[in-house]
Amino acid sequence: MARITKRLGWTLSAIIVAATPALSGGPVDEQLIIDGETEIITRAPAPEGHPLDEVTSGWLYRTDETRALEADSFQNPGMLYVEQGETIWNTVDGAAGKSCASCHGDGKEFLKGIGAHYPKWDADAKRPINVELQINKCREANMQAEPYKFDAPDQRALTTFIRHQSLGEPVSIDLTSGDMQSWWEKGKETYYTRMGQLNLSCASCHEDNNGNYIRADHLSQGNVNGFPTYRLKQSEMVSLHNRFRGCIRDTRAAFPAAFSDELMALEVYVTWRGTGLGVETPSVRQ
Amino acid sequence: MADNKPRVKVPKKAAKGEVIAIKTLISHPMESGQRKDKAGNLVPRQIINKFTCEFNGQVVFTCDMDPAVSANPYLEFNVRVDEPGTFKFTWVDDDGSIYEAVNSIAVE
Amino acid sequence: MTITRRQMLGATAGAAVTLAFLPRLALAAAQSTDEAIMAFTKGATPTEGTVSLDTPEIAENGNTVPVGVSVDSPMTADNYVESVLILADGNPNPAVATFHFTALSGVAEAKTRIRLAKTQNVIAVARMNDGSVFIDRKEVKVTIGGCGG
Repeated sequence: MARITKRLGWTLSAIIVAATPALSGGPVDEQLIIDGETEIITRAPAPEGHPLDEVTSGWLYRTDETRALEADSFQNPGMLYVEQGETIWNTVDGAAGKSCASCHGDGKEFLKGIGAHYPKWDADAKRPINVELQINKCREANMQAEPYKFDAPDQRALTTFIRHQSLGEPVSIDLTSGDMQSWWEKGKETYYTRMGQLNLSCASCHEDNNGNYIRADHLSQGNVNGFPTYRLKQSEMVSLHNRFRGCIRDTRAAFPAAFSDELMALEVYVTWRGTGLGVETPSVRQ
Repeated sequence: MADNKPRVKVPKKAAKGEVIAIKTLISHPMESGQRKDKAGNLVPRQIINKFTCEFNGQVVFTCDMDPAVSANPYLEFNVRVDEPGTFKFTWVDDDGSIYEAVNSIAVE
Repeated sequence: MTITRRQMLGATAGAAVTLAFLPRLALAAAQSTDEAIMAFTKGATPTEGTVSLDTPEIAENGNTVPVGVSVDSPMTADNYVESVLILADGNPNPAVATFHFTALSGVAEAKTRIRLAKTQNVIAVARMNDGSVFIDRKEVKVTIGGCGG
């Protein structure tokens, strides 16, 4: 078994290396300016303790056509979900007869900048929560509504709307509150742990090989500043935990549940790795 | 959320005789009829099969769509504007539903 | 849905036939592209030029490939492009979309996004109001993804 795993690992390295010279690698030297107005930070100096010198957005690794799609807010299909999310924000749901707007008012005002700073420590749950869990907490406690099931269309649309109100705001999370630091450590451990039959860690692709190709796929640093992202493959909004699970599944490993401790820790760590990049939600990816 | 709300981008005003670009986008899965669900059954086709743009009641551009048009269909085309008026955009779904948008334009 | 034994046998036999006649099926798909062109041109053989396709050389994902078409035409009441047929010759069904223009279009240009099942030719055929027909073809390479494919 160990031998098979090793051989698969070798095969994969060969795929990565062999594909590299055939196509130009590395991130492009372009600026992301949405509608010619909103400049998005796609390169930032890495935070202290980061293994790389510079953090880069996945936008820089995509083709001209995919980059253009994100740079035009009309053409970006993710904006359809932003609009749906705003409708949900203003729609009453649950026994308390409230909408998000009943307490928070106009989402475009209230939410400005908020989404750029999740996940954050939740003193009640004694664990970090992300935007999806914050929505569910509000739904249960204040709206007396059912929490959304993972990846319910309304959860994705509302999360997209909330994150979009931080468009361009640099990502930063507070690691000093509560136990965030130890969750960061846990997430870091997961990031570097090799998994699955392909024996890959997150770092195998996104740290050691970003800019190279895995088959025809141009590997980015795997930063999460654009999530939820409109993925051309699914032609749908894809949530971060959906992508985490997909990526782990592709290593041919059993994958953890969405919002589990393991994936929440990974979200804390990976979000920190992209510190300083502008929020791009809804980004457009391959 | 069964929300097929269209988005349309039309300039608010144009010079007489100007050719303007119109962009439209509508949320729709464009189910091709080729895809199988988790149980292995073919998911029946359901697409938007026709798009029409009328200006002041006159058809100026239409598009017949087949299942090879991507989900959330996007269309960009041009119209020469000789007078002020109203655009009416119509999308026809396989199930008979019709989605509409209306935009007016001024001419200076 | 219940499947009877006969249907099941039929389906299995169908699958066997499909496997046995794959080359012929491939030919059939190619013919249907030609048939679609001929139906659109009313039997006339289109000339190269006048119509031009704008497609990426490499599509990052085949589910959403931007395609633009433009036809060189004055677009006046007596000289305009009626319709442009878009086909993809490697898809299970080559039909993609048909744009219908009028003199009020001003210029004969349109863009959309399409699905391509694999690397193949995208074809645009333009039919003018006088019945003349023109064609352009562009190959689009469709890449496969990373470990997930």
